[in-house]
Amino acid sequence: MDFQLNEDQQAIREMARAFAREECGPGAAERDKKETFPTEQVKKAGELGLLGMLVPEEFGGVDMGNLALAEALVEINKVDASVGVTISVHNSLVSNCVNKFGSEATRAKYLPKLASGEWLGAYALSEWGAGSDAGSLECRAVQDGDDYVISGTKAWITSGDHADLVVLFARTDPDAGNRGITAFVIESSWDGFKSGKKERKMGIRSSSTVELLFDKMRVPAANVLGEVNQGFKIALNILDGGRIGIAAQALGIMEACLEASIAYAKEREQFGKRIAEFQPIKWKLAEMESKIMASRLLIRQAASLRDQNLPHSKEAAVAKLFASRAANWSAREAVQVHGGAGYCTDYPVERYFRDARITEIYEGTTEVQKLVIAREVLKD
Amino acid sequence: MAYGADITLRDPVPFFEDHHYEIREMAQRYAQEVVKDRAAAIDENKEFPHDTVKELAEMGFLGVPFPEEVGGAGFDYLSYILVVEELSRVCGTTGITVAAHTSLGTNPIYAFGTDRQKEKYLRKLASGEMLGAFGLTEPGAGSDAGATRTTAVRDGDDWIVNGTKVYCTNGTHAGTVIITTRTNPDKPGGSGVTAFVIERDFDGVTLGTLEDKLGLRASDTRELVLENVRVPDENRLGEEGTGFRKFMQTLDSGRISIGALSLGLAQGALDVALPYAAERKQFGRAIGEFGAIQERLADMAVGIHTARLACYHAAALKDRGHDINYAASIAKLHASEIAMDAIDSAIQIMGGNGYSREYPVERMLRDAKLCEIGEGTSEVQRMVIARQMIKSIQ
Repeated sequence: MDFQLNEDQQAIREMARAFAREECGPGAAERDKKETFPTEQVKKAGELGLLGMLVPEEFGGVDMGNLALAEALVEINKVDASVGVTISVHNSLVSNCVNKFGSEATRAKYLPKLASGEWLGAYALSEWGAGSDAGSLECRAVQDGDDYVISGTKAWITSGDHADLVVLFARTDPDAGNRGITAFVIESSWDGFKSGKKERKMGIRSSSTVELLFDKMRVPAANVLGEVNQGFKIALNILDGGRIGIAAQALGIMEACLEASIAYAKEREQFGKRIAEFQPIKWKLAEMESKIMASRLLIRQAASLRDQNLPHSKEAAVAKLFASRAANWSAREAVQVHGGAGYCTDYPVERYFRDARITEIYEGTTEVQKLVIAREVLKD
Repeated sequence: MAYGADITLRDPVPFFEDHHYEIREMAQRYAQEVVKDRAAAIDENKEFPHDTVKELAEMGFLGVPFPEEVGGAGFDYLSYILVVEELSRVCGTTGITVAAHTSLGTNPIYAFGTDRQKEKYLRKLASGEMLGAFGLTEPGAGSDAGATRTTAVRDGDDWIVNGTKVYCTNGTHAGTVIITTRTNPDKPGGSGVTAFVIERDFDGVTLGTLEDKLGLRASDTRELVLENVRVPDENRLGEEGTGFRKFMQTLDSGRISIGALSLGLAQGALDVALPYAAERKQFGRAIGEFGAIQERLADMAVGIHTARLACYHAAALKDRGHDINYAASIAKLHASEIAMDAIDSAIQIMGGNGYSREYPVERMLRDAKLCEIGEGTSEVQRMVIARQMIKSIQ
């Protein structure tokens, strides 16, 4: 595999880096503290094309692929993981799903709005009783003439209360388990849609995570994504891509942890020398850098395979498993390098520590990644 | 056992006496019935728990290891460790407030104070009439505690103190603060350091920044600015130049209480995650039936069990008058690290709920991170342990 980014991918990364530094950096700590949704940042991301990364040009996207998207997400998450997850979900889970599984009419209707950022997207799969066991979801879609009538509750939905469009998974066959689920694309302005309880989270606090309530919402059959009862397969395929995005988020947080730790270790003196000269500190920095380099290769490999339409479930799971655990380790050690200062909100590492923790949970927990990987290696 | 009566707490502890079980149960009842319900709100609002502190004082929990004749509850250090553990099991802020008051703000006066200092301050501290604080850390003196820059210059019968102390737990609400100062600028490191007891409302003591923290958010972490503070010589704690050594001894016993804080937080996370694992169903069965979750539960139990023994062991050694430098560092290091791992596992077992502030485990993880930093970082503990090991064979 080629380890270099092409010119376009490099340009996207540079653009994302500038966007992160100029648009996301200044208010990141404040938005986290007040749990304010990054409306301005999302709008600006749309103007820059960052919300149409996986949308073809004919539908208004920049169609840069998963590798460029991952590189951009690293840069954004390095500065603000709340903006990062919002953009990641919109691209990898929502636009990508509509593009891959929507009919021509559906794509033409929705993709331009998503790609420009005029509309923000959410992805509604999890329920209170269906987390890692997503296939047990109970939200119900019943056919009624040319429509489906959907009722139920979705949980932990990123951007759910800010979204204009939701990719929604509902049960169309109550007796068929994983094979009785269908994916729909719905608009939040429709009757029967309501956002419910807002989660108060440990980290990524300026991203929005809500419950969504569906009460006899009428959805035209034309808004089915893919085939009826094939929704679970769609969910898994889309999550493969999403996991690369979360791995990129973990990598971005890790890079921020290392940068902050290096700066502090070079400046802080104890026992008459810079703490960067002590082995226990050096060792932490060396471990972080090793984990960063390994994560980057795993992410590029998985993204590149996805861009080539080659099998990549295992690679995406490995990237997410490795990078998310590495990010948690790095964040814990970054606070440690900073000592008491790291425990206080004057330094950003306490925010990185809180943000990093989610990467082992959403879009498939660490345990789910291991299930996926083990299933692959045990295949005959 | 009234609360969390699972097997992880069922066994008797061989060196416990009857009063240890009794005080543990008393602390447990108060923690579970009163403190637990306050924990989330005080963390969210960063609100110092004055009501809890008042009740703790009434119950004698602010002077557990001190004799009744000086105003204390008349128990031992192990009893105190059990109280910190049980309080921290539901609220880290309450645990650290008691720990900082007892082992750092009060114990040095009990251990090294003159009769006059004991009469004047210890009674009020040990009875909980006022809170105690401890000012060792400075902007330039963290792990390198000997780098104290705060100065005390002799002026007749007094000393004039100037400097800044940071991360001072209970700094806002304390009646007294024990501080380290440099009294001899020509002597390097710890040898020119002298300790004093100052009153928070002495002229020249002003409140600096109130720290906004990752965890233990309702605990009071304050910068204290000392500007020409006139301190009577009778407030000197120990001889000139012995301040550093004394503080280091104080930190040894303080470390056991940070171990107990860690232990309590870890047990608290298990208290929540264990029933969750038994009840939460995915893939048609309780997640506690899956091997991956069982591994996490078992590792949590092993970590907590060994940390508990290490903490109790160090406390029992202290009660028997032994040097605890080595045992206290081992207890603190091990307990703080297993706490981070155990609470991390509790979050993972609970998935999205673990990350939510509706449940206490995310708070416990934020609280526990302090235990790897405060009263000697993990790096300092490893240095202490290794040095003792090497010294022992030379």
